[in-house]
Amino acid sequence: MAEIYDLVIIGGGPAGLTAYLYAARARLKTLLIEKLSPGGQVLVTDFVENYPGFPEGLPGWELMEKFVAHVKKLGFNQRLGEVVGLEVEEKGIKKIKLAGGEEIKARAVIIATGASPNKLGIPGEEKLTGKGVSYCATCDGPFFRDQIVAVVGGGNTAVQEAIFLTKFARKVFLIHRRDQLRAQKILQERAFANPKIEFIWNTVVEEILGEDKVEALRLKNRKTGEESFLRIDGIFIFIGMRPQSEFVKGLLPTDERGFIITDCEMRTEIPGIFAAGDVRAKACRQIITAAGDGATAAYMAEHYLSSGS
Amino acid sequence: MAICHVTDQDFEEKVLKSDIPVLVDFWAAWCGPCRAIAPVIEELAEEYAGKLKVCKMNVDENPITPGKFGIRAIPTLIFFKGGQPVDQITGAVAKSTIESVIKRILD
Repeated sequence: MAEIYDLVIIGGGPAGLTAYLYAARARLKTLLIEKLSPGGQVLVTDFVENYPGFPEGLPGWELMEKFVAHVKKLGFNQRLGEVVGLEVEEKGIKKIKLAGGEEIKARAVIIATGASPNKLGIPGEEKLTGKGVSYCATCDGPFFRDQIVAVVGGGNTAVQEAIFLTKFARKVFLIHRRDQLRAQKILQERAFANPKIEFIWNTVVEEILGEDKVEALRLKNRKTGEESFLRIDGIFIFIGMRPQSEFVKGLLPTDERGFIITDCEMRTEIPGIFAAGDVRAKACRQIITAAGDGATAAYMAEHYLSSGS
Repeated sequence: MAICHVTDQDFEEKVLKSDIPVLVDFWAAWCGPCRAIAPVIEELAEEYAGKLKVCKMNVDENPITPGKFGIRAIPTLIFFKGGQPVDQITGAVAKSTIESVIKRILD
Protein backbone atom coordinates (compact mmCIF):
# COMPACT_ATOMS: atom_id res chain seq x y z
CA MET A 1 0.00 0.00 0.00
CA ALA A 2 1.21 3.46 -0.89
CA GLU A 3 2.32 5.49 2.06
CA ILE A 4 0.01 8.11 3.47
CA TYR A 5 1.58 11.37 4.57
CA ASP A 6 0.35 13.26 7.59
CA LEU A 7 0.59 16.44 5.58
CA VAL A 8 1.20 17.41 1.98
CA ILE A 9 1.99 21.05 1.28
CA ILE A 10 1.36 22.17 -2.28
CA GLY A 11 3.60 25.08 -3.26
CA GLY A 12 7.05 26.16 -2.12
CA GLY A 13 6.82 29.92 -1.69
CA PRO A 14 6.99 31.73 1.67
CA ALA A 15 3.66 30.22 2.84
CA GLY A 16 4.52 26.64 1.90
CA LEU A 17 8.08 26.76 3.24
CA THR A 18 6.97 28.28 6.56
CA ALA A 19 4.24 25.66 6.85
CA TYR A 20 6.91 23.01 6.23
CA LEU A 21 9.11 24.47 8.95
CA TYR A 22 6.33 24.31 11.51
CA ALA A 23 5.13 20.88 10.38
CA ALA A 24 8.66 19.44 10.53
CA ARG A 25 9.13 20.82 14.03
CA ALA A 26 5.84 19.17 14.98
CA ARG A 27 7.35 15.94 13.58
CA LEU A 28 4.59 15.47 11.05
CA LYS A 29 5.40 13.19 8.15
CA THR A 30 5.36 15.91 5.53
CA LEU A 31 5.95 16.26 1.79
CA LEU A 32 6.16 19.54 -0.10
CA ILE A 33 5.30 19.51 -3.79
CA GLU A 34 6.55 22.38 -5.96
CA LYS A 35 6.41 22.65 -9.73
CA LEU A 36 9.60 24.71 -9.98
CA SER A 37 12.36 25.20 -7.47
CA PRO A 38 11.25 26.58 -4.07
CA GLY A 39 10.90 30.32 -3.70
CA GLY A 40 7.72 31.29 -5.48
CA GLN A 41 7.02 34.81 -6.63
CA VAL A 42 9.67 36.26 -4.32
CA LEU A 43 12.19 34.95 -6.84
CA VAL A 44 11.10 37.62 -9.29
CA THR A 45 11.37 40.41 -6.70
CA ASP A 46 14.61 42.27 -7.20
CA PHE A 47 14.83 43.58 -3.67
CA VAL A 48 12.87 42.92 -0.49
CA GLU A 49 13.00 45.74 2.01
CA ASN A 50 9.93 45.13 4.15
CA TYR A 51 10.71 41.73 5.67
CA PRO A 52 11.43 42.26 9.38
CA GLY A 53 14.87 41.28 10.59
CA PHE A 54 16.65 42.44 7.41
CA PRO A 55 17.02 46.20 7.89
CA GLU A 56 19.33 46.57 4.89
CA GLY A 57 16.96 44.63 2.62
CA LEU A 58 18.06 41.78 0.38
CA PRO A 59 17.37 40.31 -3.08
CA GLY A 60 14.25 38.14 -3.25
CA TRP A 61 16.16 35.01 -4.25
CA GLU A 62 18.52 35.48 -1.32
CA LEU A 63 15.67 35.67 1.18
CA MET A 64 14.17 32.51 -0.27
CA GLU A 65 17.54 30.77 -0.12
CA LYS A 66 17.46 31.46 3.61
CA PHE A 67 13.94 30.02 3.88
CA VAL A 68 15.09 26.87 2.07
CA ALA A 69 18.27 26.57 4.17
CA HIS A 70 16.07 26.77 7.25
CA VAL A 71 13.77 23.89 6.23
CA LYS A 72 16.77 21.85 5.05
CA LYS A 73 18.05 21.89 8.61
CA LEU A 74 14.97 19.86 9.51
CA GLY A 75 15.30 17.43 6.60
CA PHE A 76 13.46 18.92 3.64
CA ASN A 77 11.29 16.28 1.97
CA GLN A 78 10.30 17.86 -1.33
CA ARG A 79 9.58 16.80 -4.84
CA LEU A 80 9.06 18.39 -8.22
CA GLY A 81 5.49 18.01 -9.38
CA GLU A 82 2.53 19.82 -10.81
CA VAL A 83 -0.71 19.22 -8.96
CA VAL A 84 -3.71 18.94 -11.27
CA GLY A 85 -6.38 17.59 -8.93
CA LEU A 86 -7.41 17.16 -5.32
CA GLU A 87 -10.04 14.73 -4.03
CA VAL A 88 -11.31 13.60 -0.67
CA GLU A 89 -11.71 9.86 -0.18
CA GLU A 90 -13.13 7.75 2.63
CA LYS A 91 -12.08 8.56 6.17
CA GLY A 92 -11.01 12.02 5.10
CA ILE A 93 -7.94 10.84 3.17
CA LYS A 94 -6.93 13.41 0.57
CA LYS A 95 -5.75 12.30 -2.85
CA ILE A 96 -3.41 14.65 -4.70
CA LYS A 97 -3.16 14.04 -8.43
CA LEU A 98 -0.04 15.04 -10.33
CA ALA A 99 0.40 15.78 -14.03
CA GLY A 100 1.66 12.50 -15.43
CA GLY A 101 -0.87 10.45 -13.49
CA GLU A 102 0.86 9.86 -10.17
CA GLU A 103 -1.23 10.09 -6.99
CA ILE A 104 -0.16 10.98 -3.47
CA LYS A 105 -2.21 10.50 -0.32
CA ALA A 106 -2.28 12.55 2.86
CA ARG A 107 -4.44 13.07 5.89
CA ALA A 108 -4.10 16.84 5.69
CA VAL A 109 -3.28 19.24 2.86
CA ILE A 110 -2.11 22.84 2.84
CA ILE A 111 -2.66 24.64 -0.44
CA ALA A 112 0.01 27.30 -0.83
CA THR A 113 0.14 27.56 -4.60
CA GLY A 114 0.22 31.34 -4.69
CA ALA A 115 -0.72 33.53 -7.58
CA SER A 116 0.63 34.50 -10.97
CA PRO A 117 0.62 37.87 -12.73
CA ASN A 118 -2.48 39.05 -14.53
CA LYS A 119 -2.27 39.82 -18.21
CA LEU A 120 -3.81 42.84 -19.86
CA GLY A 121 -5.53 40.67 -22.45
CA ILE A 122 -4.99 43.11 -25.30
CA PRO A 123 -3.85 42.63 -28.90
CA GLY A 124 -0.11 42.15 -29.29
CA GLU A 125 0.49 41.09 -25.69
CA GLU A 126 0.85 37.37 -26.21
CA LYS A 127 2.63 37.61 -29.55
CA LEU A 128 5.28 39.93 -28.11
CA THR A 129 5.79 38.26 -24.72
CA GLY A 130 9.54 37.80 -24.38
CA LYS A 131 10.03 40.30 -27.20
CA GLY A 132 9.53 43.40 -25.13
CA VAL A 133 6.44 42.40 -23.15
CA SER A 134 7.49 41.34 -19.66
CA TYR A 135 6.06 40.48 -16.26
CA CYS A 136 9.46 40.40 -14.49
CA ALA A 137 11.61 43.51 -14.22
CA THR A 138 14.54 41.80 -12.50
CA CYS A 139 14.69 39.20 -15.28
CA ASP A 140 14.31 41.44 -18.26
CA GLY A 141 15.23 44.96 -17.12
CA PRO A 142 18.90 44.60 -18.11
CA PHE A 143 17.89 44.02 -21.75
CA PHE A 144 16.56 47.59 -21.91
CA ARG A 145 19.71 49.52 -21.08
CA ASP A 146 19.41 53.14 -22.35
CA GLN A 147 16.05 52.37 -23.90
CA ILE A 148 12.52 53.58 -23.20
CA VAL A 149 10.10 51.37 -21.30
CA ALA A 150 6.56 51.60 -19.96
CA VAL A 151 5.23 50.14 -16.73
CA VAL A 152 1.52 49.45 -16.40
CA GLY A 153 -0.13 49.52 -12.97
CA GLY A 154 -0.33 51.63 -9.84
CA GLY A 155 0.21 49.20 -6.96
CA ASN A 156 3.30 48.36 -4.93
CA THR A 157 4.81 46.06 -7.53
CA ALA A 158 4.31 48.45 -10.44
CA VAL A 159 5.86 51.39 -8.60
CA GLN A 160 8.74 49.43 -7.10
CA GLU A 161 9.63 47.86 -10.43
CA ALA A 162 9.35 51.22 -12.24
CA ILE A 163 11.96 52.58 -9.83
CA PHE A 164 14.12 49.48 -10.38
CA LEU A 165 13.90 49.86 -14.16
CA THR A 166 15.37 53.38 -13.99
CA LYS A 167 18.69 51.66 -13.24
CA PHE A 168 18.74 50.51 -16.86
CA ALA A 169 16.24 52.41 -18.98
CA ARG A 170 16.79 56.03 -19.89
CA LYS A 171 13.08 56.75 -19.45
CA VAL A 172 10.25 54.94 -17.68
CA PHE A 173 6.62 55.83 -18.35
CA LEU A 174 4.28 54.70 -15.61
CA ILE A 175 0.83 54.22 -17.10
CA HIS A 176 -2.03 54.02 -14.63
CA ARG A 177 -5.77 53.93 -15.21
CA ARG A 178 -6.52 56.13 -12.22
CA ASP A 179 -5.32 59.60 -11.20
CA GLN A 180 -3.39 58.41 -8.17
CA LEU A 181 -1.26 55.46 -7.11
CA ARG A 182 -2.29 52.67 -4.74
CA ALA A 183 1.31 51.87 -3.78
CA GLN A 184 2.67 52.47 -0.28
CA LYS A 185 3.55 56.09 0.38
CA ILE A 186 7.29 55.44 0.74
CA LEU A 187 7.35 53.99 -2.78
CA GLN A 188 5.26 56.84 -4.16
CA GLU A 189 7.64 59.40 -2.71
CA ARG A 190 10.60 57.72 -4.38
CA ALA A 191 8.83 57.43 -7.70
CA PHE A 192 7.73 61.08 -7.73
CA ALA A 193 11.28 62.15 -6.89
CA ASN A 194 12.82 60.09 -9.69
CA PRO A 195 13.53 62.29 -12.74
CA LYS A 196 13.49 59.31 -15.12
CA ILE A 197 9.88 58.39 -14.31
CA GLU A 198 7.06 60.13 -16.13
CA PHE A 199 3.46 59.45 -15.14
CA ILE A 200 0.63 58.98 -17.59
CA TRP A 201 -2.60 59.16 -15.59
CA ASN A 202 -6.16 57.99 -16.30
CA THR A 203 -4.89 55.96 -19.20
CA VAL A 204 -5.20 52.37 -20.37
CA VAL A 205 -3.15 50.45 -22.93
CA GLU A 206 -5.35 49.28 -25.79
CA GLU A 207 -2.80 47.58 -28.00
CA ILE A 208 0.88 46.65 -28.10
CA LEU A 209 2.37 47.29 -31.51
CA GLY A 210 5.38 45.74 -33.20
CA GLU A 211 6.35 42.93 -35.54
CA ASP A 212 9.33 41.07 -34.05
CA LYS A 213 9.65 43.33 -31.04
CA VAL A 214 7.66 45.91 -29.14
CA GLU A 215 7.73 49.28 -30.87
CA ALA A 216 4.80 51.30 -29.57
CA LEU A 217 1.64 51.34 -27.48
CA ARG A 218 -1.80 52.55 -28.43
CA LEU A 219 -3.18 54.38 -25.39
CA LYS A 220 -6.58 55.71 -24.47
CA ASN A 221 -7.32 58.38 -21.90
CA ARG A 222 -10.29 57.22 -19.82
CA LYS A 223 -11.40 60.75 -19.00
CA THR A 224 -11.25 62.38 -22.42
CA GLY A 225 -11.48 59.28 -24.64
CA GLU A 226 -8.49 60.59 -26.53
CA GLU A 227 -6.25 58.03 -28.26
CA SER A 228 -2.51 58.37 -28.60
CA PHE A 229 0.59 56.39 -29.50
CA LEU A 230 3.65 56.04 -27.31
CA ARG A 231 6.93 54.92 -28.81
CA ILE A 232 8.69 52.48 -26.46
CA ASP A 233 11.05 49.49 -26.50
CA GLY A 234 9.53 47.45 -23.71
CA ILE A 235 6.41 47.19 -21.56
CA PHE A 236 6.31 45.74 -18.04
CA ILE A 237 2.88 44.72 -16.79
CA PHE A 238 2.07 44.68 -13.06
CA ILE A 239 -1.70 44.74 -12.70
CA GLY A 240 -2.33 42.32 -9.90
CA MET A 241 -2.44 38.60 -9.53
CA ARG A 242 -4.68 35.66 -10.28
CA PRO A 243 -4.69 32.66 -7.94
CA GLN A 244 -3.26 29.31 -8.98
CA SER A 245 -6.32 27.45 -7.77
CA GLU A 246 -7.71 25.81 -10.93
CA PHE A 247 -7.18 22.32 -9.49
CA VAL A 248 -9.66 22.90 -6.63
CA LYS A 249 -12.43 24.28 -8.81
CA GLY A 250 -15.67 22.65 -7.74
CA LEU A 251 -14.11 21.22 -4.59
CA LEU A 252 -13.56 24.34 -2.49
CA PRO A 253 -15.43 27.63 -2.36
CA THR A 254 -13.53 30.58 -3.81
CA ASP A 255 -14.31 34.23 -4.28
CA GLU A 256 -15.32 35.50 -7.72
CA ARG A 257 -11.67 35.78 -8.77
CA GLY A 258 -10.80 32.23 -7.67
CA PHE A 259 -9.04 32.98 -4.37
CA ILE A 260 -9.77 30.20 -1.85
CA ILE A 261 -12.01 31.14 1.05
CA THR A 262 -10.82 30.20 4.53
CA ASP A 263 -11.58 31.22 8.08
CA CYS A 264 -8.98 33.18 10.04
CA GLU A 265 -7.27 29.89 11.02
CA MET A 266 -6.67 29.00 7.33
CA ARG A 267 -9.36 26.29 7.35
CA THR A 268 -11.27 25.78 4.13
CA GLU A 269 -14.75 24.32 4.02
CA ILE A 270 -13.34 20.76 3.97
CA PRO A 271 -11.85 19.50 7.25
CA GLY A 272 -8.14 18.85 6.86
CA ILE A 273 -7.68 21.09 3.83
CA PHE A 274 -6.08 24.44 4.53
CA ALA A 275 -5.05 27.33 2.31
CA ALA A 276 -2.23 29.77 3.01
CA GLY A 277 -0.57 32.72 1.33
CA ASP A 278 -1.51 34.55 -1.85
CA VAL A 279 -3.92 31.84 -3.05
CA ARG A 280 -6.22 32.66 -0.14
CA ALA A 281 -8.94 35.31 -0.27
CA LYS A 282 -7.59 38.16 1.87
CA ALA A 283 -6.66 41.81 1.77
CA CYS A 284 -2.90 41.90 2.31
CA ARG A 285 -0.55 39.84 0.13
CA GLN A 286 3.00 40.20 1.41
CA ILE A 287 5.88 37.79 2.13
CA ILE A 288 5.37 38.25 5.85
CA THR A 289 1.62 37.59 5.71
CA ALA A 290 2.19 34.50 3.54
CA ALA A 291 4.70 33.20 6.07
CA GLY A 292 2.22 33.94 8.88
CA ASP A 293 -0.52 32.06 7.02
CA GLY A 294 1.83 29.11 6.57
CA ALA A 295 2.62 28.93 10.27
CA THR A 296 -1.05 29.09 11.22
CA ALA A 297 -2.02 26.48 8.62
CA ALA A 298 0.63 24.02 9.87
CA TYR A 299 -0.40 24.61 13.45
CA MET A 300 -4.04 23.97 12.59
CA ALA A 301 -3.11 20.91 10.48
CA GLU A 302 -1.31 19.46 13.48
CA HIS A 303 -4.37 20.14 15.61
CA TYR A 304 -6.62 18.51 12.99
CA LEU A 305 -4.41 15.41 12.81
CA SER A 306 -4.33 14.93 16.56
CA SER A 307 -7.97 15.70 17.28
CA GLY A 308 -9.73 15.05 13.99
CA SER A 309 -11.31 18.49 13.91
CA MET B 1 23.18 13.18 -20.04
CA ALA B 2 24.75 16.16 -18.46
CA ILE B 3 23.73 19.64 -19.44
CA CYS B 4 26.11 21.25 -21.90
CA HIS B 5 27.15 24.84 -21.44
CA VAL B 6 27.45 26.75 -24.68
CA THR B 7 29.14 30.03 -25.52
CA ASP B 8 29.05 32.45 -28.44
CA GLN B 9 32.17 30.67 -29.73
CA ASP B 10 30.91 27.08 -29.73
CA PHE B 11 27.18 27.72 -30.30
CA GLU B 12 27.36 26.78 -33.98
CA GLU B 13 29.31 23.60 -33.31
CA LYS B 14 27.29 22.39 -30.32
CA VAL B 15 23.80 23.58 -31.22
CA LEU B 16 23.38 24.35 -34.91
CA LYS B 17 25.39 21.35 -36.09
CA SER B 18 23.92 18.90 -33.57
CA ASP B 19 22.63 15.60 -34.96
CA ILE B 20 19.71 15.60 -32.53
CA PRO B 21 17.32 18.42 -31.54
CA VAL B 22 18.64 20.88 -28.96
CA LEU B 23 16.96 22.82 -26.18
CA VAL B 24 18.91 25.95 -25.19
CA ASP B 25 18.06 27.63 -21.88
CA PHE B 26 19.15 31.28 -21.96
CA TRP B 27 19.71 32.40 -18.38
CA ALA B 28 21.61 34.72 -16.02
CA ALA B 29 22.68 34.60 -12.40
CA TRP B 30 20.55 37.62 -11.41
CA CYS B 31 17.34 36.10 -12.75
CA GLY B 32 15.13 34.48 -10.09
CA PRO B 33 12.85 32.56 -12.47
CA CYS B 34 15.97 31.16 -14.17
CA ARG B 35 16.89 29.66 -10.81
CA ALA B 36 13.31 28.44 -10.41
CA ILE B 37 13.32 26.57 -13.68
CA ALA B 38 16.83 25.08 -13.30
CA PRO B 39 15.79 21.78 -11.62
CA VAL B 40 13.17 21.20 -14.32
CA ILE B 41 15.80 21.67 -17.04
CA GLU B 42 18.10 19.21 -15.26
CA GLU B 43 15.36 16.59 -15.06
CA LEU B 44 14.53 17.00 -18.73
CA ALA B 45 18.22 16.61 -19.66
CA GLU B 46 18.27 13.26 -17.91
CA GLU B 47 14.91 12.00 -19.09
CA TYR B 48 15.49 12.82 -22.76
CA ALA B 49 19.18 11.85 -22.84
CA GLY B 50 20.18 10.64 -26.29
CA LYS B 51 17.08 12.11 -27.95
CA LEU B 52 17.39 15.75 -27.00
CA LYS B 53 20.51 17.74 -26.18
CA VAL B 54 19.97 20.22 -23.36
CA CYS B 55 22.24 23.25 -23.20
CA LYS B 56 22.44 26.43 -21.16
CA MET B 57 23.79 29.78 -22.24
CA ASN B 58 24.65 32.55 -19.82
CA VAL B 59 23.45 35.77 -21.50
CA ASP B 60 25.78 37.96 -19.44
CA GLU B 61 28.89 36.19 -20.67
CA ASN B 62 27.60 35.65 -24.20
CA PRO B 63 25.96 38.75 -25.71
CA ILE B 64 26.10 37.81 -29.40
CA THR B 65 23.84 34.76 -29.66
CA PRO B 66 20.97 36.13 -27.52
CA GLY B 67 21.03 39.29 -29.65
CA LYS B 68 20.88 37.22 -32.83
CA PHE B 69 17.72 35.50 -31.63
CA GLY B 70 16.13 38.71 -30.36
CA ILE B 71 16.04 37.62 -26.74
CA ARG B 72 14.63 40.33 -24.48
CA ALA B 73 13.48 38.16 -21.60
CA ILE B 74 14.87 35.31 -19.57
CA PRO B 75 14.53 32.51 -18.99
CA THR B 76 13.90 31.86 -22.68
CA LEU B 77 14.02 28.32 -24.02
CA ILE B 78 14.66 27.95 -27.74
CA PHE B 79 14.31 24.59 -29.45
CA PHE B 80 16.60 23.94 -32.41
CA LYS B 81 16.18 21.24 -35.00
CA GLY B 82 18.49 20.83 -37.99
CA GLY B 83 20.20 24.12 -37.17
CA GLN B 84 16.97 26.11 -37.14
CA PRO B 85 14.99 27.53 -34.22
CA VAL B 86 11.62 25.74 -34.32
CA ASP B 87 9.93 26.76 -31.09
CA GLN B 88 10.34 29.08 -28.12
CA ILE B 89 9.07 29.38 -24.55
CA THR B 90 9.51 32.46 -22.35
CA GLY B 91 9.33 32.50 -18.56
CA ALA B 92 9.47 29.87 -15.84
CA VAL B 93 6.78 27.43 -16.93
CA ALA B 94 5.80 24.02 -15.61
CA LYS B 95 7.58 20.90 -16.81
CA SER B 96 4.51 19.63 -18.65
CA THR B 97 4.46 22.77 -20.82
CA ILE B 98 8.06 22.22 -21.88
CA GLU B 99 7.47 18.53 -22.41
CA SER B 100 4.56 19.12 -24.75
CA VAL B 101 6.88 21.10 -27.03
CA ILE B 102 9.65 18.49 -26.75
CA LYS B 103 7.25 15.71 -27.72
CA ARG B 104 6.07 17.66 -30.74
CA ILE B 105 9.62 18.28 -31.86
CA LEU B 106 10.79 14.71 -31.36
CA ASP B 107 7.80 13.31 -33.23
